[in-house]
Amino acid sequence: MAIEVKIPTILRTYTGGEKSVEAKGDTLAELIDSLDADHPGIKGRLITEDGGLHRFVNVYVNDEDVRFTGSLETKLKDGDAVTILPAVAGG
Amino acid sequence: MTRYDSLLDALGDTPLVGLPHLSPRWEGERPVRLWAKLEDRNPTGSIKDRAALAMVQAAEAEGRLRPGCTILEPTSGNTGISLAMVAKLRGYGLVCVMPENTSIERRQLLEMYGARIIFSPAAGGSNQAVATAKELAQKYPDWVMLYQYGNAANAQAHYEGTGPELLRDLPTITHFVAGLGTTGTLMGTGRYLKEKVPDVQIVAAEPRYGDLVYGLRNIDEGFVPELYDDSVLTRRFSVTSYDALRRTRDLVEQEGIFAGISTGAILHAALSIAERVDEGERADIAFVVCDGGWKYLSTGAYTGTLQEAAERLEGQLWA
Repeated sequence: MAIEVKIPTILRTYTGGEKSVEAKGDTLAELIDSLDADHPGIKGRLITEDGGLHRFVNVYVNDEDVRFTGSLETKLKDGDAVTILPAVAGG
Repeated sequence: MTRYDSLLDALGDTPLVGLPHLSPRWEGERPVRLWAKLEDRNPTGSIKDRAALAMVQAAEAEGRLRPGCTILEPTSGNTGISLAMVAKLRGYGLVCVMPENTSIERRQLLEMYGARIIFSPAAGGSNQAVATAKELAQKYPDWVMLYQYGNAANAQAHYEGTGPELLRDLPTITHFVAGLGTTGTLMGTGRYLKEKVPDVQIVAAEPRYGDLVYGLRNIDEGFVPELYDDSVLTRRFSVTSYDALRRTRDLVEQEGIFAGISTGAILHAALSIAERVDEGERADIAFVVCDGGWKYLSTGAYTGTLQEAAERLEGQLWA
């Protein structure tokens, strides 16, 4: 099951400059493990030592913030689009 | 009563208008209706008038602001314009730190009200404006930074104004949808509504920009406003420029409401909620029209194809 993951500029050093890569997983946690297997080190930028999402990282599945849909346990299915973005100010 | 002693007294109490054409089920026993709160009807034409006046009043009450003081604020535009009007009427100077990739109308309005603008680099967006303002605050300790991202008066303005107005006008409210920037609107209105309407859903729509705006050097430069408390929200959506533009045009074409681009993003989130309401359920979804479209005409948002308009917006801050 391949899922498209959009990578922000700041993390493209891990993906050889690719804006978008494919990864696999039934949950977001599995997807991030798969991402890290292909692009070693990227997980450490997304997940903190206590196992949660980094405070300044937002992850969206089909444009919805995963912190409100089960966080790392958010279920994924074929064709979903995952977007990773750093947290920035608005206003 | 629609007579006021001054412009500032005319702030708030904005109309709530129905969207009979865009709502999935306007009529019937179990309607799914959308309602627009027209915050462009505030004195300078945006929802930010509420927070600006409240923050100035709070700083006056605390004795931080005295006649002749200079106010400092990082802003992508609307808060600056609101503060510039309030500052002018109350006798303060204003220095705004604004990203350079904002619309020309914003600069013109700020200058018209007599504000001084210090531009921060486009790369890094509002994060950079916040960082620059914090440096200036250190350098000029007599300037008063109101700091909309962490000022409790910002959210309180919505707890006392926007929230009660919505409940008064729409006692059957089931969802509230607004933009997520400083988070003040969602935190204040959301807290009020959750206290009064137990099952109400509070939904955030945030803009998704092009790569330039997310050009941080590392993740630790990220920014989450001090006001933000995610326990207030039910769901949070990220909306692309394309979808925001598409909905901005739907709003004017189908309902006659000429709104700014961030309102399109909010409507996009409101519609995705509305489309998911079950057949047997009813819903009254209120959303915020943050400002009118006037300040965005120069961006080309309303002309040409959506794809062209979205490309023109690439790298611009539109919320």
